[in-house]
Amino acid sequence: MVIVLTIITASVGAILGYVYKITAAPIAQAGAKAQEEAIRQVAPHFDNNPIAESDTIKTDNGNIVIYPASLQGNPTGAAVKAHSRNGFNGEIEIIVGLEQDGTIRDYRVLSHAETPGLGAKMEQWFRTDKNKQSIIGKNPGHTDMTVTKDGGDIDAITASTITSRAFLEAVRTAYTAYTQGNIDGISGTTATTSQQHNQHTATNEEVSK
Amino acid sequence: MNKLKIILNGIITENPTFVLLLGMCPTLGTTSSAINGMSMGLATMFVLMCSNVVISLIKDFIPDKVRIPSFVVIIAAFVTVLQLCMQAYLPDLYKSLGLFIPLIVVNCIILGRAEAFASKNNPFDSLLDGVGIGLGFTLALTLLGGVRELLGTGKLFNHTIYPEEFGALAFILAPGAFIALGFLIAIVNYFKNR
Repeated sequence: MVIVLTIITASVGAILGYVYKITAAPIAQAGAKAQEEAIRQVAPHFDNNPIAESDTIKTDNGNIVIYPASLQGNPTGAAVKAHSRNGFNGEIEIIVGLEQDGTIRDYRVLSHAETPGLGAKMEQWFRTDKNKQSIIGKNPGHTDMTVTKDGGDIDAITASTITSRAFLEAVRTAYTAYTQGNIDGISGTTATTSQQHNQHTATNEEVSK
Repeated sequence: MNKLKIILNGIITENPTFVLLLGMCPTLGTTSSAINGMSMGLATMFVLMCSNVVISLIKDFIPDKVRIPSFVVIIAAFVTVLQLCMQAYLPDLYKSLGLFIPLIVVNCIILGRAEAFASKNNPFDSLLDGVGIGLGFTLALTLLGGVRELLGTGKLFNHTIYPEEFGALAFILAPGAFIALGFLIAIVNYFKNR
């Protein structure tokens, strides 16, 4: 009896180990591809590798990941992965594309468990240019990114105010993380980037000579 | 003829959803659209076929006392294989069904068929039973998903039938699942008993 059970569990273990080995690479690939796809869709045009240069900010409420985008060495903005745990059904994870000045370029909802047909509409709702629904092209620095019911400037999804609040909270988190990261960067790294820039122009001059 | 009977048994006479009322958790949880219901049904069917055949093959070696643990281990193995493969090759489908795939392990249809059919019959008949019950489950879930999607959003397999504004949202939510399932069971049994 013990022997039979041992044989069964051992062989099952071996089979599972083998399947895991085969599928581990494709799973990682699919995950990385989905992430890169999301960054490419929301971030400003870039030619660097945002995943390799990503910066993770640890907070009490989980991690925020900033994927900086730059074109020929000049920063153009970023994609920021942020989330809110105040959704109607738990966590909402989004990725927001921000211009250099913090203006929202685009967004994607990465994962959520909101009600289909209600809260799940957020994927479309906040990009639809109707009344005060859309957040695209707005800057959380100038626009009050809370729902109109709370005195803000954004229309909540009909019958899904809780989802809308959580979604906008995630957007604000992303914006704050990005702008604070920028401010931190100015004290330390801007010097080096401007140096690089100078060197760049110097070499350009040499070339033109 | 007898073989055909085994398959038809699973689809009509002993339809797991409408007649046996087994596996209600995934039935109610995944059928928010026809395509979700169908995918869940097919995933369950795959596990059911594999576990039925394997259990039927090794039934003579398993002592009675450890029968249930052995069945559960075998079923869990196939579910994990399915989950890994789906995650690797069908990431979009995995995203929408993700939560319910591991739950196939505890789906009582599968353990029920292992116990009631596969442990008493030969591997080929067990495979046919898996196909029959699996198809019955898939059809039931697709039907339920279709009804809920149509009444809730005005779509069927993502094709708009009538404008979304006229849909009754309740059918997408949990209460609608119970209401739709109740009516479907009543209708199916009315025709079956006539």
